[in-house]
Amino acid sequence: MRKYVRGVLTPLVSVIVALLIGTVVMLATGHNPFQAYGALLSGAFGSTYALSNTIAGAIPLILSGLGVAIGFKAGLFNIGAEGQYWIGSMVAVWVGYSVTGLPPLLHITLAIALAMLAGGLWAGVIPGLAKALVGAHEVITTMMMSYIAIFLTQFMVENGPMMEKGFTPQSPLIRSSVMIPKIIPRTQLSWGLLIAVAAAFVVYWLLFKTTVGFRLRAVGLNVRAAKYAGINVPLYTVLALFFSGLLAGLAGAVQMLGVQQRLYDSFNSGYGFTAIVVALLANNNPFGVILSAIFFSALATGGQSMQLVSGVPAQLTDVVSGIIIFLIAAKKLMQIVQTKIAQTKWSKHQNLGSEKGAQ
Amino acid sequence: MRTCLEIRNVTKEFPGVLANDHVNLQLRDGEIHAILGENGAGKSTLMKIIYGLYQADSGSVSLYGQEMHFTSPRQAIQAGIGMVHQHFMLIPALTAAENIVLGGEPGKVHYRRKENEEMVRQLSKQYHLEIDPSVKVSDLTVGLQQRVEILKVFYRKAKVLILDEPTALLTPQEVEELIGVMERLRLQGIPIIFISHKLDEVKKVSDRVTVMRAGRTVATVETNQTTPQELANLMVGREVVLQVAKPPQEPGSVVLRVDGLVVVQGHAERVKGVTFEVRRGEIFGLAGIDGNGQFELVEAITGLLPAKSGRIVFKGRDITKTSVHRRTAAGISYIPQDRQADGLILDFQLAENFVLRDFTRPPFAKAGQLQMGAITHHAERLSESFDVRPRRIHSLAGNLSGGNQQKVILAREVSRDPELLIAAQPTRGLDVGAIQFIHDKLLDLRREGKAVLLVSLELEEIMSLSDRIGVIHDGRLMAILPGGHVTREQLGLLMTGVNPEKEG
Ligand SMILES: Nc1ncnc2c1ncn2[C@@H]1O[C@H](COP(=O)(O)OP(=O)(O)OP(=O)(O)O)[C@@H](O)[C@H]1O
Ligand SMILES: [Mg+2]
Repeated sequence: MRKYVRGVLTPLVSVIVALLIGTVVMLATGHNPFQAYGALLSGAFGSTYALSNTIAGAIPLILSGLGVAIGFKAGLFNIGAEGQYWIGSMVAVWVGYSVTGLPPLLHITLAIALAMLAGGLWAGVIPGLAKALVGAHEVITTMMMSYIAIFLTQFMVENGPMMEKGFTPQSPLIRSSVMIPKIIPRTQLSWGLLIAVAAAFVVYWLLFKTTVGFRLRAVGLNVRAAKYAGINVPLYTVLALFFSGLLAGLAGAVQMLGVQQRLYDSFNSGYGFTAIVVALLANNNPFGVILSAIFFSALATGGQSMQLVSGVPAQLTDVVSGIIIFLIAAKKLMQIVQTKIAQTKWSKHQNLGSEKGAQ
Repeated sequence: MRTCLEIRNVTKEFPGVLANDHVNLQLRDGEIHAILGENGAGKSTLMKIIYGLYQADSGSVSLYGQEMHFTSPRQAIQAGIGMVHQHFMLIPALTAAENIVLGGEPGKVHYRRKENEEMVRQLSKQYHLEIDPSVKVSDLTVGLQQRVEILKVFYRKAKVLILDEPTALLTPQEVEELIGVMERLRLQGIPIIFISHKLDEVKKVSDRVTVMRAGRTVATVETNQTTPQELANLMVGREVVLQVAKPPQEPGSVVLRVDGLVVVQGHAERVKGVTFEVRRGEIFGLAGIDGNGQFELVEAITGLLPAKSGRIVFKGRDITKTSVHRRTAAGISYIPQDRQADGLILDFQLAENFVLRDFTRPPFAKAGQLQMGAITHHAERLSESFDVRPRRIHSLAGNLSGGNQQKVILAREVSRDPELLIAAQPTRGLDVGAIQFIHDKLLDLRREGKAVLLVSLELEEIMSLSDRIGVIHDGRLMAILPGGHVTREQLGLLMTGVNPEKEG
């Protein structure tokens, strides 16, 4: 029980402190924080329309956040979820408009499956193998692959093979057989929500109830003991990045089939980057990812109406998320610093970043 | 004699565990005060309270009559309390000298490497703890790392010294040296708290002994007015037999054959052509001074290190190139010497650690799914029969006391029903009762016709358990002797590379 309390405490405190600092900023700039936060709240949750848009915005964050969380659990920092998201989107859209004559369920499944595979391979093959075989750091490689993915997708719709006839740099519209239906018409909320929630359950199950998850977590926590346990560490490094990319690719597919329905000339979803914060705030817990994704999505949707109603610039929400990242990172940093200092200066306990006694 | 440190009624509770229960302790000036107690009795917890790492729930700690309220080790260090922990706290990537001066560097911004190394060299001479200050800690043996830890405390000019199981990791030679150091410090009037599970060490070096049991201090006695037997009984709360009963037994067929094995680690050849066999129903002891290739040898047998040349044959099959997983599944159990680095995942639950080597096999997994019921049941059964305390199988392994962590590994490896058990330092850090228990387990395996390869730096252990003893020196087997008839002296000579047979 205490474990859960502790697990929830840090994120909660970070969020509260960040909102408080937001208040100070508003006061300093002559705004009324109550009015502003009120507007933010009602803009995010105040109507069916607002609520459904908030939840709709959370869907890609949940999926890519789960991907980043799986990486973290295996001790890997997949910073390139954004690129894997675009690769997934591209493949889903391509299958979406070029394949014809399939019944909806099959068409959707095909598009999603191929998009996941593409995202998974994008992260697993080059960054995964490079890490496993020569130890190239995944932060560098996933980041590089991410740029390649973004530029590749951009090329595809700007005079590339996926550009629609005409002058607008965009892909053709996907076929109606592949569109994920809406839960509430005229909002962005599609049945993709179901996929996202199911994915959280699957990831939880994978991590904690299967031997694969056991291996991933073991590799993430103690490589030497993992070897001793007979785990093929390079293989599971590759797998971890593969799963990570798989989920980011799924995020792209669900967003394309459920909301966007074609590729536009704008390749800066930010989902892949926010996903990192989502995973951090959730402390990599799959169900926590759902909550933290909704939170960040609410900041985004609520931020717009906050700006309209109270005149506080919507960028304030960026400040708030920035502070949250900072606080969580600072907490991690503090743990590391404390441990380092402890090891060196005061010979404290040596479990990295934890206060569990060493003996 | 003045009282230097006084602990009064200190109580400390962890979730579900009363680690210290109204503990009282007086440390006099210039005495070596031993603390004895079973694994999990609360010794380390008490030391961490003194050192400011934990805060007591109630009770007081006073230094020379003045009550102290340390909230961090820094304050304790400033007050002159130095502590060497049960588990190392060094930074492997830094040199010995850097580790020693870290946090109290003499220079301001600029780190003066030469001067510091010279100063550390002086320090190590002064205390007769020879080290090469310029070597990276990761390249040092366990024994040498311990020296760095101890030097580090001296470097900070400790007035009171706490040594939490300092000898658990040392070779017998190093223990002798450490005892020498402690005696010199006593002459300088520095009081020392010394935690150990080894009654002979306690007997030899301490002035008084405090015995802890289940979080309480049950007695403080003058060392020269007590016997090892009495101490053991006080600790355990019942009679303990300090003898190993090993009935004679004919060994059976060969289980493990190692043939001309060469192992390279880093760029150095650590095992240089070793050949031996272990048979069913026999305990083969591997004696040697730390750093002579014995641990590289076992890592090669278990598959953690590759063999450069030579063959390893297990039950008639060549396993030289087989994966760790296959070897484990084929029936090789392994108790690694470094429990925290290799043997456990400290951030995993106990239950998960109990199946670390078999989680892919039924009944713990079916079709790739972990069978929580079976895993929990297994953990409950093992922590019960190996007396792992406290019996909270869903708490993290890192929360267990050092000795109980060791018991988890032992329980796991022994209960796998192995054909071959490789035990590297299996009783390190265990209390007498637990050592007895482990020795009995090893003998049980022997009786059941299993093969045991025992690697230990402790001659007593090797001599009392082994049917045959191989002595390793500089990566080579010097000799293989029958267990019953060798003497300490014989082994000691062979271990330093002198072969009396050949030379005389
Ligand atoms: N940080 C912690 N969280 C929870 N329980 C703890 C923690 N530290 C110690 N304990 C528990 O407190 C009890 C005493 O532990 P302690 O480490 O003091 O034992 P010890 O006497 O040093 O044993 P050993 O000889 O095995 O090192 C044990 O039951 C242990 O599991
Ligand atoms: Mg201890």
